[in-house]
Amino acid sequence: MADQRIPFATHAETTVLGADEIVLNMGPQHPSTHGVLRVKLRLDGEKVIGSECVIGYLHRGVEKIAEHRTYTQFAPYVDRMDYVAAVSNGLGYCEAVEKLLGAEAPLRARVIRTILTELQRIASHLFWLGTHALDIGALTPLFYCLREREEILKIFEKYCGARLTTHAFRIGGLQYEAYDEFEKDVERFCTPFDKRVDEYESLLTGNRIWVGRTKGIGILTAKEAIDYAASGPVLRASGVKWDIRKAMPYAAYDLYKFEIPTGKNGDTFDRYIVRMEEMRQSRLICLQAIENIPAGPIMGKVGKVLKPPPGEVYHAIEAPKGELGYYIVSDGTTQPYRVRIRPPSLINLEAFDKMIRGHLVADVVAIIGTLDIVLGEVDR
Amino acid sequence: MANDPEEKQPSASPKKEEPSAVNPSAAASEPASKPPATPAVPAAKPPAAAAPPRPPAPPKEGPVALDNDLVKRYKERFGEAIREAWIDRKQAILVIARERLVEIATYSRDEEKFDWLSDLTAVDWPKREQRFDVVLNMYSLEKNERLRLKVYATADERVPSVQGVWATANWEEREVYDMFGVVFEGHPELKRILLPDEWQGHPLRKDYDILTQDTAWVRENLGIESGQ
Repeated sequence: MADQRIPFATHAETTVLGADEIVLNMGPQHPSTHGVLRVKLRLDGEKVIGSECVIGYLHRGVEKIAEHRTYTQFAPYVDRMDYVAAVSNGLGYCEAVEKLLGAEAPLRARVIRTILTELQRIASHLFWLGTHALDIGALTPLFYCLREREEILKIFEKYCGARLTTHAFRIGGLQYEAYDEFEKDVERFCTPFDKRVDEYESLLTGNRIWVGRTKGIGILTAKEAIDYAASGPVLRASGVKWDIRKAMPYAAYDLYKFEIPTGKNGDTFDRYIVRMEEMRQSRLICLQAIENIPAGPIMGKVGKVLKPPPGEVYHAIEAPKGELGYYIVSDGTTQPYRVRIRPPSLINLEAFDKMIRGHLVADVVAIIGTLDIVLGEVDR
Repeated sequence: MANDPEEKQPSASPKKEEPSAVNPSAAASEPASKPPATPAVPAAKPPAAAAPPRPPAPPKEGPVALDNDLVKRYKERFGEAIREAWIDRKQAILVIARERLVEIATYSRDEEKFDWLSDLTAVDWPKREQRFDVVLNMYSLEKNERLRLKVYATADERVPSVQGVWATANWEEREVYDMFGVVFEGHPELKRILLPDEWQGHPLRKDYDILTQDTAWVRENLGIESGQ
């Protein structure tokens, strides 16, 4: 069942390159690789017959740093992994440590966390849509997407003072109370937002060039997606209806109604449709949540010095890019013994080779775009 | 608060409803080896004003031996190869014999339906003789459960590669090799993934000092003792 890939390097070495074959190096400074990703492509004319991703250019040793910080001190570092969706990273880490401590954030904190995380999902998807469309050649959506994303970042800024690396949550709850106009701001953003999504769709969904560039490109069947442990929109576009928010609810997701959009063909177009629908669903979650933010404390009882009892925990959340998991081992001291971060971008990128084979060079950027990777998270 | 989801999720969270395999209540009913056997005392819950509709049981702190149906099935099938089983923070963990990893992984995927390998990683315990834990976090899309497999290895012992069971393990095993120096037997191209090929040492080992590489470079290239 598992796919036995021919390793690129040995393949290239043992086989004499055909008359039409070349090896093309793309990146790490290529503008369409969303950071410093280097891809070695083996080409037959314009057709890709093999590829190898070279990663690690942004490796900062986050997991090693974690072993030298206290649980509290490490929290801001996770924002620097997926810097397009820092709020989600923070949520995963805080909840994992809470699980390790046996504590839980109060309901009010969890609801505010849910709202901010869903806004972050919208922001992340907007940024993905803008850049993905730009890579394929549609310049216009980028401006619209960034316009809306800006509104979300303003909400973050008003909430915690930062726009990107927010460090919005604390272990045990929240540090900041929602500001006075918080609900109003969220509502002001969410109410017209479905029309905005329609607007983006009117630019792309029926667009002949867009359809031509995305339909049937980079197909990943459900079986392959599971084999490669792809997660998030990549898995759902292949027809697997699985979302951790529903399967193992965390934060306050069990309180709200929403759908899990899925695709059928597992191609680039389906992944686009799934993410568009996810934005609409996130908007609905936000609207439901602001209707009734329960009163109460925002910080649970966790103490000033965090000393989780020895043991280990694996906690995963549905980040915008897929399953973001934290595996934390405690030895009973104030510093984590081991923090393993399961980055969705890295695991999804692993399926790249499977998806690109047989397609053209021009599709490389489409497939990198559709995987929605952030190299800060791939390399950690 | 606002509205409950109409359709009940299949075992929405690991709580007591169905006698699922990785059920914490199964462990709770077990004569626990630890003295403070406090299975889900409701009194331990903080008197929260807004009690949400969620499992009130506080997670058990620390590992407790586990012997539920799932573990029994594994033990029946593999006997001695299942070395230990315990539950920690409601998560089931099996320690298995290293030599039979591929066999047990294949069984987990096909028979127990743990078809989705969330994560593969390692932990270093330098004081132990077999210093490395190689940890597989599996998930079952069908049963909505997680299960963790662990194997122990010394620095010289090779761990069988599960790349043939789950394609996703390819890069994760490379990362474990890169960071810990654990060698996976049968991996098609075991080489560094995040660090440059010429890197010395394996950074996530506990005895790897983060300044070693820096100091060596500074000495060699700048001719001074240390840059820090």
